[in-house]
Amino acid sequence: MSDSHLTRRGILGTGVALTALRGTGALAKEPAAGESPPVAPEGTMIDVGLTVNGSYRQLALDPRVSLLDALRDHLGLTGTKKGCDHGQCGACTVLVDGVRRNSCLNLAVACSDREIVTIEGLGSEEALHPMQAAFVVHDGFQCGYCTPGQICSAVGMLSEIERGMPSAATADLAARAMPVAEAEIRERMSGNICRCAAYPNIVAAILDAAGKTTG
Amino acid sequence: MPDSIIGQPLDRIDGRAKVTGKARYAADVPAGVPPAYGVLVTSTVGRGEIAKIEAGDAETAPGVLMVMSHENAPPQAPFKSGELGGQRHARPKPQLDDVRVHYYGEPVALVVAETFEQATAAARLVRISCRAESGSYDLAEGRRLAYRPQHIVAGEPDSRIGDVDKAFASSPIKLDATYTTPYQSHNPMELVASLAEWSDDGKVTIHCATQLVNSAHHSIASTLKLPLEKVEVVSEYIGGGFGGKLPIYGDAILAALAAKQLGRPVKIVLTRQQMFSVTTHRAATIQRVRLAADQDGKLSTVAHEVWTQSARMDEFAEAAAASTRAMYAAPNRLTTHRIVALDLPVSDSMRAPGDAVGQLALEQAMDELAEKLGLDPVEFRLRNEPDQDPEKHVPFSTRSLVQCLKQGAEKFGWSRRNATPGRMKDGASLIGLGMAAAIRPNYRQAAHARVRMDANRHVTAELDMTDIGTGSYTILAQVAADTLQVPVDTVDVHLGHSDYPQTPGSGGSFGAASSTAALREACLALKTKLDAGQGPGNLQAEGRSKPGEEYEKFSQYSYGAHFAEVAVDSTTGEVRLRHMLGVFDAGRILNAKTARSQLIGGMLWGVGSALHEDAVVDMRSGAFVNHDLAGYHVPVHADVPTAVEAVMLAGFDDKSSPLGCKGVGELGICGAGAAIANAVYNACGVRVRDYPITPDKVLNGMMHLELARQR
Amino acid sequence: MKAFTYERVADAAAALQAVARPGAKFLAGGTNLLDLMKVDVEMPSHLVDISRLPMAQVEEIDGGGLRIGATVTNSDLAADRRVRKRYPMLSRALLNGASGQLRNQATTAGNLLQRTRCYYFYDTAKPCNKRSPGSGCSALNGYNRIHAVLGASDACIAVHPSDMAVAMVALDAEVEVLSADGNGRSIKLRDFHRLPDTTPQVETALEPGELITAVLLPPAPAGGQVYRKVRDRASYDFALVSVAALVDLDGDRISTARLALGGVAHKPWRPVDAEQQLVGKPAVAEAYQAAGTAAVAGARGYGHNDFKIGLAARTVAAALEEAAQQAGPRKG
Repeated sequence: MSDSHLTRRGILGTGVALTALRGTGALAKEPAAGESPPVAPEGTMIDVGLTVNGSYRQLALDPRVSLLDALRDHLGLTGTKKGCDHGQCGACTVLVDGVRRNSCLNLAVACSDREIVTIEGLGSEEALHPMQAAFVVHDGFQCGYCTPGQICSAVGMLSEIERGMPSAATADLAARAMPVAEAEIRERMSGNICRCAAYPNIVAAILDAAGKTTG
Repeated sequence: MPDSIIGQPLDRIDGRAKVTGKARYAADVPAGVPPAYGVLVTSTVGRGEIAKIEAGDAETAPGVLMVMSHENAPPQAPFKSGELGGQRHARPKPQLDDVRVHYYGEPVALVVAETFEQATAAARLVRISCRAESGSYDLAEGRRLAYRPQHIVAGEPDSRIGDVDKAFASSPIKLDATYTTPYQSHNPMELVASLAEWSDDGKVTIHCATQLVNSAHHSIASTLKLPLEKVEVVSEYIGGGFGGKLPIYGDAILAALAAKQLGRPVKIVLTRQQMFSVTTHRAATIQRVRLAADQDGKLSTVAHEVWTQSARMDEFAEAAAASTRAMYAAPNRLTTHRIVALDLPVSDSMRAPGDAVGQLALEQAMDELAEKLGLDPVEFRLRNEPDQDPEKHVPFSTRSLVQCLKQGAEKFGWSRRNATPGRMKDGASLIGLGMAAAIRPNYRQAAHARVRMDANRHVTAELDMTDIGTGSYTILAQVAADTLQVPVDTVDVHLGHSDYPQTPGSGGSFGAASSTAALREACLALKTKLDAGQGPGNLQAEGRSKPGEEYEKFSQYSYGAHFAEVAVDSTTGEVRLRHMLGVFDAGRILNAKTARSQLIGGMLWGVGSALHEDAVVDMRSGAFVNHDLAGYHVPVHADVPTAVEAVMLAGFDDKSSPLGCKGVGELGICGAGAAIANAVYNACGVRVRDYPITPDKVLNGMMHLELARQR
Repeated sequence: MKAFTYERVADAAAALQAVARPGAKFLAGGTNLLDLMKVDVEMPSHLVDISRLPMAQVEEIDGGGLRIGATVTNSDLAADRRVRKRYPMLSRALLNGASGQLRNQATTAGNLLQRTRCYYFYDTAKPCNKRSPGSGCSALNGYNRIHAVLGASDACIAVHPSDMAVAMVALDAEVEVLSADGNGRSIKLRDFHRLPDTTPQVETALEPGELITAVLLPPAPAGGQVYRKVRDRASYDFALVSVAALVDLDGDRISTARLALGGVAHKPWRPVDAEQQLVGKPAVAEAYQAAGTAAVAGARGYGHNDFKIGLAARTVAAALEEAAQQAGPRKG
């Protein structure tokens, strides 16, 4: 729905049809739609190219649009949830260039040329990602609203462990390898609030998906 | 029923949709054409009158389609204050219909624009001048004006048996303590949201987040002065409710009104900050508990007096002492509920209304008196087990509290507890063990269900029941599969739609027992048709079920016992949970996996209410100060060890439901926080009666104890 | 959120030029700036995205210190092997802040520049001298449990929320800045944040149009390093009080002591007197307790936050003791 939607909005609203920002060098990689001043006037939309779940998507966006709202309202990817819009809950967690981030605290325009993976990109109902499958088996959710964020966060978190990044729960900062252990997971997942409090089941699911036995 | 699919720990049938992001919550639903976005403007005085609304700047802001306020809102049915009972959430909820401001953060205008960003920016440009009046925001101060409500959820506000004052005065061992609990906010992860879309024939479809589809249907239709058939309410997935989505709010009504005027769909999503005032909260309470016992540990007196906030604009009583009436045997008994009307947002039910905070007080008081008696707190409770409902004087339908206590103590290793506080240490941490009992009333209600079977014996069940994370989809499929003797994966369950047969929805833990009983009836009716040689194709049956006179003849509750181990940092007073076990008696369990999850969730809500949750009112303005998830603390992963376990006793309560089940969604929180409080005391010797038990309060107590030791 | 224009710059010179526009602000990680823009506390008319400037490196500097680029993320800094080995208190401080997601995005310079979490600062309907100079301080007589007990004024009792900066102040870090004219300068981090006095809206020593390019860490003194954060919940929570402590021993006496406190003041608080009185003292609990008391000298509570004074003193003592245990008998 995104493209026609935007065009229509541009006509209906005050948004002017858009040109890409150019001339600053940093944006040279972006496709240019014509000559434009280095800084577009207020109210102007900006062309943004995002690779989302493997496909390149071109959008014309109000610079205020968060990555979260771009995914939900402009790309129809509503699996990513808005729980607070302030980085205080983690429901909007996605992977940006493989790294977990709160999509609500990213401007979509600032994510131009980044690779975004959302819950829809991890797996499908027919072919679940191992983390998704583990969440189902361990009942790592109840209402399910924080779940996409928990799962994306868990995937990003395991990759951080794999890369040897420490956490506040890490006893030995000098250690090269980080353990996939309960205390580590609990600390590292603390940016994802689950009001249903499925926490013990989520940790069990993550341990399972990481190939560790639970308990 | 050894072979029954009922009770099996099946994975949720909606699980795949939830883990892949395919489950559509209200704000996820696509409209037929791109929606306009509405943003609420809320009041910034606690009490007063709107003097002037200057909307010009907003109206001319980019993308803005309309600004609605009391000056131009369409007429709606009037609000009826304070109505209790089953119709409370079906009342009209008119919006922007009043020049009065009733509380801080009340919706006073709506801005609709082409985009969310434009609407949000323009909402800030609406200038609302108010004639502020001095309001009352302080529960403690307001106590002198407290009044006795006509009713509470549990019936009479007061109960009196024997002579409490006399018995208390003459008892050798007693406790007279006052406990306070703060305002709490449901804060489900899903923001309250609505998408309203009108069809050409004048029917409005509202996708919203509601626990009670039928009530929402009536509430919206009556507010908009529309016949029911012109309103369709859809709530297929709800991102948590906990009572906060029992009523509908301004988003639903205003989205409908704006969509009508604009001739296009309108979506309104509350902000997290707005959730604190626009939606309901749990009222703060002040609770005086007097307990007295003889030397043998037999209670002579149980008195539980409650003062609680209610919004001046809409009465609601937090029935904190209601279940105290059924908990322990004692000849002299008193419960009272008094309301303090304050100019604060509307309080209403939050997970285990009444009981969750009432048992924070009663069950800590029991711990305190057990210590005075020199009795183990488990033993103290065992000695006061009643043989019938101590106030209604009717038998219990089932009551396995004794088993819960005994099994819990055994499994938890309660015997390792040292009754003297401060004796267990682990490094710089003081370790403590605490326990508490739990009780929660069983409320079943009338429900209606429809079931169809196609030629392939594929079954479809339809009810307007909701699944707020409780597992309704799954247990209903299990009940249908069991009753019709078909594989569970051949059952589709459709919920959350006002076209479906009416159920009470999700609330008060009545959803499972009520809706499964109706679906079972429908399936039995279908089976009768099958057995008579009809079908299986194109076959349909309906079933209805309602509680009978067993409700009068028996005292119906579910029960539990909580055991907790905490660590208290001896330097800072920080409390962290290390281990928690709950043993529960909730009749027959319909799905061991989802029930366990709900019980654990409830227990962890107890942890939050004991240690973290506190929505603070600014006494100058009546605003909730810490109105976001950074300021209002709920437990995070790091607060919760995996050593949190819920054990469900085998049971079957035939007085409760033909399926033998009772609710589990609220039982877990009851008493759980008191177990934490009692563990904190056991760890460090500090009694915090003013919840939540934050580091400042524990530290204060520890420093006093240190000073006392030095003297 | 108020409308703004956006540009992404490729180098520091372009950044300085772009931010000279009235109402312009730098955007790096954005975790705090966007948060504040969403509630109209920050209302820039132009955002200069510096997140892709080549400032994301941690480099060795002469004499054994580290130069931390302004846009090094909190996660990367905490995980840097050199930081983990030589400045463990900094790693710990970073890892105790925010959440994994936020640390992946928040930058070093942004962390220094993050603004207070005072509830009233965040709520544009409430008076706040920091947000709206002259309007008054709502916290002074309001709900001030998370507020300052040291160095506050009647104009503002907000605290700086950073963990990272607390450790960096204890480590004598300097902030490397590029001025609008293109010249560089450096500011001691101790002097970088200001006390509120009568102008709480002026939070740092940065001049308009200046760009933080790096934080410089001198070699850490030998000794045990500890970062202890006290908070309501176990993670994802701002400090009620936090303490960065470094202690080195010479035999059974204290030879070096560094202390900084978070959650107690408008800036990371460096109680130099408390440090000095430790040097030469026997490494015993009494010395740490005395230092704890000295660290909160002159502290004043505002009601709900009175507890922070005692809490800070105790936490300082405990952190010093732990650091001393790490320091000896075997050093490193």
